[in-house]
Amino acid sequence: MRVTATVNGQVTHADDVWEGESLLYVLRERLGLPGSKNACEQGECGSCTVYLDGVPVCACLVAAGQAAGRNVVTVEGLASGDDLHPVQQAFLRTGAVQCGFCTPGLIVAAHDLLSRISRPSDLQIREALAGNLCRCTGYEAILAAVRLAARQMSGESE
Amino acid sequence: MSAPDRVVAPPAGGIGDSPARPDGMLKVTGQFAYGSDLWMDGMLWGATLRSPYPSARIKSVSIGAALATAGVHAILTCDDVPGANRYGLEHADQPVLAEAVVRYQGEPVAVVAADHPEIARQAASKIAVGYEVLEPVTDATDAMRPDSPHVQPGGNLVRHLKLRKGLADPAAAVVVAGDYRVGMQDQAFLGPEAGLAVPDGDGGIDLYVATQWLHVDQRQVCAALGLPPEKVRLTLAGVGGAFGGREDLSMHVHACLLALHTGKPVKMSYNREESFFGHVHRHPATMHYEHGAAPGGRLVYVKARIVLDGGAYASSTSAVVGNAGTMGVGPYVVPNVHVDAYGLYTNNPPCGAMRGFGSVQAAFGYEAQMDKLAAALGMDPVELRCMNGMSLGARAPTGQLIDSTAPVAELLRLVQRRPLPRQPEHRAQSELLDLPGGAANTTHGEGVKRGVGYAVAYKNVGFSEGFDDYSVARIRLDVSGGEPTATVHTAAAEVGQGLVTIEQQICRTELAVKHVVTSPKDTSVGSGGSTSASRQTYVTGGAVQAACHRVRDRLFALAEERLGRTVADLRLADGHVVSASEDTVISIADLLGRQVIEETVEWRHRPTYPVDPETGQGFAHVQYAFAAHRAVVDVDTALGLVKVVELACAQDVGKALNPDAVLGQIHGGSAQGLGLAIMEEIQVADGLIRNPSFTDYLIPTILDVPPMPVDVLEYPDPHAPYGVRGVGEPPTISSGPAIAAAIRAATGLDLSRLPIRPEHLTGTG
Repeated sequence: MRVTATVNGQVTHADDVWEGESLLYVLRERLGLPGSKNACEQGECGSCTVYLDGVPVCACLVAAGQAAGRNVVTVEGLASGDDLHPVQQAFLRTGAVQCGFCTPGLIVAAHDLLSRISRPSDLQIREALAGNLCRCTGYEAILAAVRLAARQMSGESE
Repeated sequence: MSAPDRVVAPPAGGIGDSPARPDGMLKVTGQFAYGSDLWMDGMLWGATLRSPYPSARIKSVSIGAALATAGVHAILTCDDVPGANRYGLEHADQPVLAEAVVRYQGEPVAVVAADHPEIARQAASKIAVGYEVLEPVTDATDAMRPDSPHVQPGGNLVRHLKLRKGLADPAAAVVVAGDYRVGMQDQAFLGPEAGLAVPDGDGGIDLYVATQWLHVDQRQVCAALGLPPEKVRLTLAGVGGAFGGREDLSMHVHACLLALHTGKPVKMSYNREESFFGHVHRHPATMHYEHGAAPGGRLVYVKARIVLDGGAYASSTSAVVGNAGTMGVGPYVVPNVHVDAYGLYTNNPPCGAMRGFGSVQAAFGYEAQMDKLAAALGMDPVELRCMNGMSLGARAPTGQLIDSTAPVAELLRLVQRRPLPRQPEHRAQSELLDLPGGAANTTHGEGVKRGVGYAVAYKNVGFSEGFDDYSVARIRLDVSGGEPTATVHTAAAEVGQGLVTIEQQICRTELAVKHVVTSPKDTSVGSGGSTSASRQTYVTGGAVQAACHRVRDRLFALAEERLGRTVADLRLADGHVVSASEDTVISIADLLGRQVIEETVEWRHRPTYPVDPETGQGFAHVQYAFAAHRAVVDVDTALGLVKVVELACAQDVGKALNPDAVLGQIHGGSAQGLGLAIMEEIQVADGLIRNPSFTDYLIPTILDVPPMPVDVLEYPDPHAPYGVRGVGEPPTISSGPAIAAAIRAATGLDLSRLPIRPEHLTGTG
């Protein structure tokens, strides 16, 4: 089947999609957007988190056909040209990136959190990111990244 | 040439700084190419058929129906392996594809290449394998019995390490003993096993793969394919974490076989369930310890018996046994030691390397014993540890002189002196999330008890017992865009830890250049050794430093040629060759012009030696690294739920080449120890894995991991480049035992098994 969706602002077609394919598979293997990651493919790790009509979802749990006609934003769609989003900058600054396999999903999840709550408490950060597994960092640098991004997006100096 | 007009600052982004990762921009934008992201026009997808049984004879394999599936290009079995159908890190005992028997659930039997991954998986399921199911050997202690069936032709014993020091039968005033068990932990790296094999049209192959050691893979792939190394070229694909789980081959040979057979590129990428069967795990351990001490608390003796379940194939079991045994009594001075450590073959999942590598299991035993001994002596457990802790000049139980800093007592004091976290009498509604059970809202504080526990551990750095442990680095210096630019080329795997950053930092410091380029990691340069054993900053870092020094010496020679005389005090600073005595500055760019300087160095740490087979005595380990933890926990004693409130760590890192990366290693390592302490276990029953998913195998989330304050000590090791000491593993070793001690302190229970589950705390298990 053919699946048409708006992906990172562009109307995009994927052809020859088998009905059993997930949105994650179509993004990664048919649309050349491998940024969303395939760590568990069962909705437990959050590394494939994307926006679907503005709501963060695990792309591995969305059938490709369910995304037809909808608006998808992936980690590849968060920077403006060469200008990283403050969340991306903050992940680099604080050492929140090691192997980086969880990073795309965490960045989308943190981006969503900060769009809802501009200055989250640590507990709110932990709740919001509880669906995103990271095996390298022990999460301390990720917390620091979200705090830093929140300060920068609120226009505060560091 | 002109006189220096300013004091030159050390280069930004050199050692001691925490510059941005060179791969960071790609990683935060989703552009970084992991093994599972690789793609080529016309590529096929590989899938693996695995044994459903832990022990069986293969009576027949029928591939006809599977091969007839539309979209299937090839199905291969053991008959299609052109070289030796055996591989292995230490012993080549594992078939690429099973022959007459399967020895564990998940053993590969056949591989399929197809147009689509789902077609490949479905075709694999249509392969008909006739099995005669056998009774599996599923208990390592049973496997030691003379009448046990043999898992491998040579018997079930992989290794027995004997450590003997002092009196054979010592006596002590105070004696404590205990039995301890550690469950099977998974590395649970997030990036699945994956790679892409590309045939070169001339009988050779290029393999792009996520791994920890390209050259040890190359050696094994060559043997299985029957090809020489020049025909089998490996390049590191992006690695999504490793932690020991990528030391052994996974899809490497399978993808190459399919690619050579079909003449097309073949990609293989495991899903999470397959990943649980596709790599080795941490050895489960059964241990008995007996400690004897004088009334004042001095250790008199330690006796231990450590049995490690290696599963169906050897992997790195021999080395894990070596570590568990030689470091089995912990970082303490003990005059009389009697340790037996065993590694056994069983029909359980194969076990091998995981962060901490034998020391994790032993530390749970010896640290539980130290607490038990303190209680028996009426002593404070930290005081007991400090009294007996190793220090510079001590002798390890192997007889090895501890010839660099061993600050056991100082590390313990650092975590002990930290203020304890607040323990509120009453909690606001928003703080209830901090209690055991979290958002499940299972308690408002009633039944919750707090406990504090300590542990200290040590770990060898680098490969041990006489292994020729080297790394190769190639440094090229040229002028690019008018700027001197260094290019660093090693085959040492970047798995997330930040070696690519460290390599660049060393080049900036040693060559005083701003611009450093990292070449792809591949087998066109010599081996970088394994990214394991906390060794890369030390060994590959040492190689990069040495190669930089060769390049620097050639720059000095060029400068002296230009000046027409020798100059004693040449040095590099800020892109220039400078001499204070000569008032001389020459820019490296001017000096080089169009010349290129390239130097390659094979660098070794000082040698280690095999231990005596009867006594375990010898200079086995090149370096030891030490860490201590204090854990604070809240336990809901009614429900058996544990919340780790704080996990403080102190570690001596010798020299922090990259302070942010050091913290990242300590935090990440501590979290993996937390996982082992209270949640992570591959549940194996009758040789079958019961929980091969992230739904059922739990790793810590951001809600499970508490604040982790860290104290970093930097006592340089005079034997190591820059004084570095390996960082990655020690925190994984001491954090679990500290949490177990804290839970014991909260509950008063013995808790002799990791992970500690709710039923162990409620008495219902």
